[in-house]
Amino acid sequence: MLRFLFFRLLRAAVTIVMVVSFAFVVLRLSGDPAQIIMGADAPPEAVDAFRAAWGLDQPLWRQYFHYFGAILSGDLGRSMRDGRDAILLVVERIPATLALTLPALAIKLGLGIPAGVYAALHRNSWADRLVMLLAVAGFTVPSFVLGLLLVLLFAVQLGWLPSGGQESWRHGILPMLTLGIGGAAVLARFTRSAMLEVLGQPYIRTASAKGVPWRAVVWGHALPNAAIPTVTIVGFMVGSLIAGAVVVESVFSWPGVGRLLVVAVANRDLAVVQCVLLLVAATMVTANLVVDLLYGLLDPRLRNQPRAAGAH
Amino acid sequence: MARLVEIRNLAVTFDGQPALRGVDLDIAPGEAVGLVGESGCGKSVTWLAALGLLPAKARVTGSVRLGGAELLGAPAATLDRVRGGRVAMIFQDPASSLNPVHRIGRQIAEALALHRGITGATARAEAKRLLDQVGIPDAARRLDAYPHELSGGQNQRVMIAIALAGRPELLVADEPTTALDVTIQAQILELLAALRRELGMALVLISHDLGVVAESCERVCVMYAGRIVEEAPVARLFAAPTHPYTQGLLGALPPLHGPRRPLSAIPGGVPEPWAMPPGCAFAPRCPHAAEACAVTLPAVVVLPGGHRAACLRALPGFGSDERAAA
Repeated sequence: MLRFLFFRLLRAAVTIVMVVSFAFVVLRLSGDPAQIIMGADAPPEAVDAFRAAWGLDQPLWRQYFHYFGAILSGDLGRSMRDGRDAILLVVERIPATLALTLPALAIKLGLGIPAGVYAALHRNSWADRLVMLLAVAGFTVPSFVLGLLLVLLFAVQLGWLPSGGQESWRHGILPMLTLGIGGAAVLARFTRSAMLEVLGQPYIRTASAKGVPWRAVVWGHALPNAAIPTVTIVGFMVGSLIAGAVVVESVFSWPGVGRLLVVAVANRDLAVVQCVLLLVAATMVTANLVVDLLYGLLDPRLRNQPRAAGAH
Repeated sequence: MARLVEIRNLAVTFDGQPALRGVDLDIAPGEAVGLVGESGCGKSVTWLAALGLLPAKARVTGSVRLGGAELLGAPAATLDRVRGGRVAMIFQDPASSLNPVHRIGRQIAEALALHRGITGATARAEAKRLLDQVGIPDAARRLDAYPHELSGGQNQRVMIAIALAGRPELLVADEPTTALDVTIQAQILELLAALRRELGMALVLISHDLGVVAESCERVCVMYAGRIVEEAPVARLFAAPTHPYTQGLLGALPPLHGPRRPLSAIPGGVPEPWAMPPGCAFAPRCPHAAEACAVTLPAVVVLPGGHRAACLRALPGFGSDERAAA
């Protein structure tokens, strides 16, 4: 078990280093922060001075090693726009993002899983068809389209809810719904097929054959088995709590981490972008690790061979 | 003889395709009956239908009485008490028939709680006794094992322990040895026979293997294309098979004694459910088929010695020399 954990942690660390390195190189190749931040008509001396001040005049490999050295000593750099610590800029946006993504996660789980289970238990009924129709619609429509549709309906036509901003809890409803509906649709489809797969297994027939009432067959025998594949997708959703709202935050002008990322990328505010990406990679990798450990908890077949569990 | 189970004219269709086409079958208390036939002939479907275990799309008609009480269309609560309590069933593939995420002990205890109201430490003790009874070594430790930690044969013993937990009057074993090694097959069949003697329960053994049935059963029913085509005490069926299908099955068995001979196969294949002939379903493959066979569904002919066959040739005066010879 410890050996398994060690190798998983090592892999997690390698993943994070790769994400951060990739971002480092791409950001520096795709535009000059000095030029963008100082403005196109800034005098060349001023631009050069800016470069020297931020170390951008150094060769790329030296910047890279300097950057990693700083990370290891806990320094994630400072924003090139206002000189504040990048990590502070990012951290102060996290509550706003979580205020959207946590309720959205609740919508995904609370709507998607029951809908998927119900559809599977009533396969080919009109309810099943309706759930699947809504699920296909829900996850084929991109979130920015869904967001705009909701704005058109609830803000423009009905005037019930505001279309953007963060002044009150009512401002959060539409972005939460936009995030939640798409995820619930994915989860409903996934849960339904996991459940159908399990309901067709011989051990479900065995449970009925020994006189277990159907409700108890579903709760006690089918759901614990269907939970195993479903955990993967839920883990992915938990992993995207921090960064999963980039598009929706932009559509609804919600001042969270996602919007910070978009603005920072546009400005080539390198330290901020890298800080966000590091955080995103870390949450995603942590969620994956938790999923792997959960597999062992849910499926006794994987407990004795953790390397198989790590293969996901 | 009082009957434990009376099945009358049981028919099943899936999406309009017939799977079972009128089965009549009686099981007496304590009796061992074999049900043989090829895959898809309706052996398993008969008992899955009787216990209400078929998927919702199956249309089931006819009558299944257990101790005089009708099971078809009975409320779910009644069926839940019958299943595992009065009639238990075990299946072909023991490894996938046990829930992979529950411990063995819990799966046995579940049946004990449902049918005998035993829970907690008493249930655990009884579960251990059952594992001992079905011959699992180190039973106390095995209670905490998961199915994947046991072999196929041991899993089938666990299935039998679960089946015994409700003290059933009838155990339906659906191809219980098909997925197991030959040596393990014999052990499981012996175990079933011993348990039946010990507990006085009736046994229905579903198999495609005539040899398995011959060893363990008193009476055999041969099924073909959704009907029982012949039924007789074991010795009589092997000595004097009347239906050409049974004769074909026996002809396909290698003889243990005497000179070696080429095994005879039955030519052709089982008719598809959507292309069932109007007459005898076996007529297209039957070496003795007469014109009448293609148009008339043969009624069951009662022969001496508890022998019944659904074949026109079994009728007196049908001009069957073979039957006279038999």
